[in-house]
Amino acid sequence: MKAAPFEYLVADAIDDVTTGLADFGDEATIIAGGQTLVPLMAMRLARPALLIDVNGIPELQGIDQAAGGVRIKACTRQSDALASPIIAQRVPLLAKALPYVGHAQTRNRGTVGGSIALGDPAAEIPLVATALDARITLQKLASTREIPIRGFYEGPMMTSIEPDECITEILFPPWQEEGRRGTGFQEVSLRHGDFAIVAAAAQVIMGEDGVCRRAAVALGGVAGFPFCLTAAEDALTGTVIDDPAVAAAGAAVDGAVDPQNDLHASAGYRRRVAKVLVERVIREAAQEAAGGAPGDHP
Amino acid sequence: MKPGTITLEVNGRLRSATAEPRLTLLDFLRYALHLTGTHMGCEHGVCGACTVMFDGSAVRSCLMYAFQAQGHQVTTVEGLCDGDGTPGRIQEAFQEAHGLQCGYCTPGMLISAFALLQSTPDPSDDEIREALGGNLCRCTGYAQIIDAVRLAAVSLKGAGG
Repeated sequence: MKAAPFEYLVADAIDDVTTGLADFGDEATIIAGGQTLVPLMAMRLARPALLIDVNGIPELQGIDQAAGGVRIKACTRQSDALASPIIAQRVPLLAKALPYVGHAQTRNRGTVGGSIALGDPAAEIPLVATALDARITLQKLASTREIPIRGFYEGPMMTSIEPDECITEILFPPWQEEGRRGTGFQEVSLRHGDFAIVAAAAQVIMGEDGVCRRAAVALGGVAGFPFCLTAAEDALTGTVIDDPAVAAAGAAVDGAVDPQNDLHASAGYRRRVAKVLVERVIREAAQEAAGGAPGDHP
Repeated sequence: MKPGTITLEVNGRLRSATAEPRLTLLDFLRYALHLTGTHMGCEHGVCGACTVMFDGSAVRSCLMYAFQAQGHQVTTVEGLCDGDGTPGRIQEAFQEAHGLQCGYCTPGMLISAFALLQSTPDPSDDEIREALGGNLCRCTGYAQIIDAVRLAAVSLKGAGG
């Protein structure tokens, strides 16, 4: 349970990181919060030759809001995001999900970018980022690119990050539709703080007439990475969210989900829980929108 | 990689020792600084026995390398005692309320309770449960630990914080 030997580099600026990655490629691994990486290294499931520590880089910390949306710098602690009034007001779905991410002791070290980069299939932050069409900024020595989260994940803990790239920030773009916003987040796990067996997230915008203008519904824990239930989103958009509309959205789960059996739950259980949670988050979001304040959405 | 010298503040004192990069902060505290109050349980971030305060926040010392603590501030369970080793108020409350049996998880419980009471001097039972949710205990069934934290809150308030 002790990590294999490695070299250790403290990066003071993003340039140090991109230079280190350019020189060492996939021999190097970035360490941010380390709440997933350090156990992987202790179990020797990861054996990087070089660790590049990004915790001391000021440009990688903080949350700001601009016309383009809310930007969370990659090395922002999960606990800081949870305490952020910007996140509470502008990305409330993330604020709802963050208390489910590990425990206070791990959120104090764990980072938003680290969770996105690792891409655990059941992790809450990638799920919310997927639901809200987040955009990921990836930087390497000579260039920077911003890519949509859809297509970013390729499988369980596999992403399209190149070996010489590092995540610098995650952008949550605003929803422009007029109306009241509501969000829903639910998960089932063995114990509070564990990874979810199944997790679901939803956000809706409801017009003054009670018709849903836009809906996002996403699931985690039932596939290699979180994904949006586009059939459910289509079923909700343009309708009043009543019981038949919720049932129609829930019915979309059956065709979209093909979970696997594992130690924690059978495929059948996951499929059933996924459907129940999707219906719950849609109801939660719709009820919140019905009672919520207008015009305050990212 | 050759060992390097780590200098950090532990329980208000500047301490230095050498370490390889792969040495966890937990092992550094126990084996290099001989502060054996912090316990190793699972060594992969699940049990909470190794919880310490790092720059004012409770963290798992098994999930950090000692190199990452260079120049930072750490408080271990030893730091909750008075200068002469007399138990502090949270420790007294655990004793009073029988908030421990075998004692293995207790250093982590004490630090998590300390972190909670710093930010939330008058916690509800739900807040206590949430704060201790990342610390496993295999003996007590938790009820007396929650009693102990409630008692510690009262005791600290009586002492003016």
